[in-house]
Amino acid sequence: MSDYILEMNQISKEFTGVKALSNVNFKVQRGEIHCLVGENGAGKSTLMKVLSGVYPFGNYDGDIVFNGEVQKFNKIPDSVDVGIAIIYQELALFPDLAVYENIFINNEIQKGGILDWNEAIVQSKDLLEKVKLKVNPETLIKELGVGKQQLIEIAKALSKEVKLLILDEPTAALNEDDSENLLNLLRALKEQGITSIMISHKLKEVIAIADKATVLRDGETMCTLDASKGEITEAAIIKNMVGRDIGNIYPKRSNKEFGEKILELINWSAYDSTLGRNVAKDVNIHVNRGEIIGLAGLMGAGRTELAQSIFGNAKNYKLQGDLFVEGMIAYYKHTSDAIKAGIAYVTEDRKGNGLFLLQDIKQNISAGNLKGISSNGIVNENEEIKVAEEYRASLGIKTPSILQMAGNLSGGNQQKVSLGKWLFVSPKLLILDEPTRGIDVGAKFEIYSVMNELIDKGMSIIMISSELGEILGMSDRVYVMAEGEIKGEMSAEEASQEKIMQLATQ
Amino acid sequence: MNLLKEAKQVIKHNIRDYGMYIALFVIMITFSILTDGLFMSSRNISNLLDSAGYIAVLAVGVMLVIVIRHIDLSIGFLAGFLGAISAILLLNGIPVYIVFPIVLILGIVAGSITGFLVAKVGIPAFVATLAGWLIYRGAILSVTERSGTINVDNDVFNAIGNGYIPSIMEIGGLHLLSLLVGLVGILLYIYSAISNRRNKMKYNFEVVSKQMFILQIAFVSTIIAYFTWLLAGYNGISWTVVIILLVVIVYHFVTTKTVIGRHIYAVGSNPEAAHLSGINVSKITFLVFGSMGMLSALSGILFTARLQAATTTAGTLFELDAIAAAFVGGVSAAGGVGKVTGAVIGAIVMATLTNGMNLMGVGIAPQYMIRGGVLALAVIFDVMTRRQKA
Repeated sequence: MSDYILEMNQISKEFTGVKALSNVNFKVQRGEIHCLVGENGAGKSTLMKVLSGVYPFGNYDGDIVFNGEVQKFNKIPDSVDVGIAIIYQELALFPDLAVYENIFINNEIQKGGILDWNEAIVQSKDLLEKVKLKVNPETLIKELGVGKQQLIEIAKALSKEVKLLILDEPTAALNEDDSENLLNLLRALKEQGITSIMISHKLKEVIAIADKATVLRDGETMCTLDASKGEITEAAIIKNMVGRDIGNIYPKRSNKEFGEKILELINWSAYDSTLGRNVAKDVNIHVNRGEIIGLAGLMGAGRTELAQSIFGNAKNYKLQGDLFVEGMIAYYKHTSDAIKAGIAYVTEDRKGNGLFLLQDIKQNISAGNLKGISSNGIVNENEEIKVAEEYRASLGIKTPSILQMAGNLSGGNQQKVSLGKWLFVSPKLLILDEPTRGIDVGAKFEIYSVMNELIDKGMSIIMISSELGEILGMSDRVYVMAEGEIKGEMSAEEASQEKIMQLATQ
Repeated sequence: MNLLKEAKQVIKHNIRDYGMYIALFVIMITFSILTDGLFMSSRNISNLLDSAGYIAVLAVGVMLVIVIRHIDLSIGFLAGFLGAISAILLLNGIPVYIVFPIVLILGIVAGSITGFLVAKVGIPAFVATLAGWLIYRGAILSVTERSGTINVDNDVFNAIGNGYIPSIMEIGGLHLLSLLVGLVGILLYIYSAISNRRNKMKYNFEVVSKQMFILQIAFVSTIIAYFTWLLAGYNGISWTVVIILLVVIVYHFVTTKTVIGRHIYAVGSNPEAAHLSGINVSKITFLVFGSMGMLSALSGILFTARLQAATTTAGTLFELDAIAAAFVGGVSAAGGVGKVTGAVIGAIVMATLTNGMNLMGVGIAPQYMIRGGVLALAVIFDVMTRRQKA
């Protein structure tokens, strides 16, 4: 019994000298939910791009057999035509258009060349019902949360009579409820005969939903695990993903002695006038010298906003309450004031607002502290090179040269460049916003080690993270945030995934 | 032939930077052939550079504006208006050495107003400067309305657009001081190239082979020497060329060697990241528009001095010529990328086209089309080479 809807045989793909995929075999049976797992850079996205025609036929080696026929996709619409739909992590919706307009975008219902919006609205209602979403089709996308937007994407795929639905990390941006909702929907679609491929980093989800799970590592297929044989376990997946024990992901730190309060917030609130609400409300927290504070919570809990309100009020919130830095009340007008006071903030979105992608590594590293390498306003380029080389060595930035553009580096190395930039301002308090998002396990370990070294040197760290394992593995103390408020505080010993989740979803 | 192979490699790797120079070279050779050498005559080259001056300084300014992801449409009429103001000031007997700083400061003030609207009030630069375009156009009309064209008879002022640096003495019919300036230029170039190379070697960065390096130096030195010789054969280096050189030297230094320069490119390449790096984005925006205003004033002075008069239509379409020159010179519309030398070469490329086609007697209609084609080609080339790199 092998009714495969999709067979990808011996797929290889090279990017100028780098093998992204080598002889990957990937088979999906009709009507199953098949998870594709692997570290970042293992080749999952590349494989899906080959499948969807992003890389045209001839650009890769091997065969794609879909529904029993060898397919030669030259462009994305070719794969859509046979019933393959991909939903990317970054949703492709138009925020200022209505739900029904989004669903039928580029697939508009026409009568004699004239759009029939009424019919579109009627059909949208059916599709929304299929994805179990109760919204008026005339609602604008921007009024919906990310979870609902994801469902709209699925509805859009369903409108094109999809046979194979591919979801690229669909729950990465969702909270627990929305995630659960989405998984249930996938199960329901399975009942209706739709096959799904889901790329996911969340192993719990994979275990919960997958019929099969294929693990990729370094561009090769490691194995395909079968749920019906009880093969899909966390240990089995992780072993195949990394070939390393889960135990030593978080390096141990010997020194656990904390000093005086380095930062304290008292009744701190931040009001966002464009959103018209408080993004942080009555926050009371403190950070001691030599401490790693884990700031846990779900997406949208207000952790990034809180961090940016501390970091020189980067987003121009209306602030209330008091901020004490090293015991002194502090009032920052601009990010540069916070930097001067010894606070550094490494952003979550490296590409969006962290790095200067078109500039080289040394310019990125010096960008926060050009004063440190200049006299009379003139940059000393030799000094700059020295500094950049220092951080390249100490952080292990893998690059042929510090003249490499930041945009050409891998995620892990980009994150190290960001770190280097902020270490060069020699801060007392380092705020790390999702420091290991989108980074492979090896680079994660290196970044954790750097964090421990910094703590040993007397620095303090606030680590915002959505990964509970990371929070538990690295923090000395944990604050849990939800809806802009601190919902709880606990020491590392007290903390557990369940406790944190319970507070975060309050 | 290893050297030949390396030369190919070097050109291939730096095609974006060299492309413009190669294009200028090809255009100049083509015109020389088509005009039987008339184009490359001392007199014509001197004339060409002078005619490029007022656009070149605008192009440098607007290049920086585009680098920080804005645009300035008001600069043409601002230049025209400030040119008229300088004529009026001179007419009222104000000494020329006071007129220059006054007009430059007025330019800075005008630029800062634009900067304020864009950086503080948050009006899109396109709209804010379109308003400026209208206002300065009205302003220039209102000051020249009654008198019409205002003639300028101040020799010092007019020398900026028409005069030449003193010769000291002639050697074989050549202009001595100009030759000296050229020589100093070559020596400075060789010195900086050598120290730059030495520095790179110190840090184990990739450098070209020694033979290749000597070849490069010889090539560039020859070109500087040739143009110096050309200019020295006519009236020598003009004050306009001196001013262009000063602007290039100062702006090149500021953009490549100073903290402010770094901040400008940081803001252009990612404004949000710049803000989160402690860079004051609105201050940089102010500064760039302020400099734009000052260069507009300079452009106005150059143009008025060249015509020896302020006219009611001075400044018309300067802004678009300057923007075109900046794009030909390789500035990126996406921000963060652009060079001072590029903008000036871009302006010279455009002036060369006009000049060459005038010599050949090409009609004005095809001239516009050909210049448009060259602009499009330059940007296409830029986009293609960038894609190749990525």
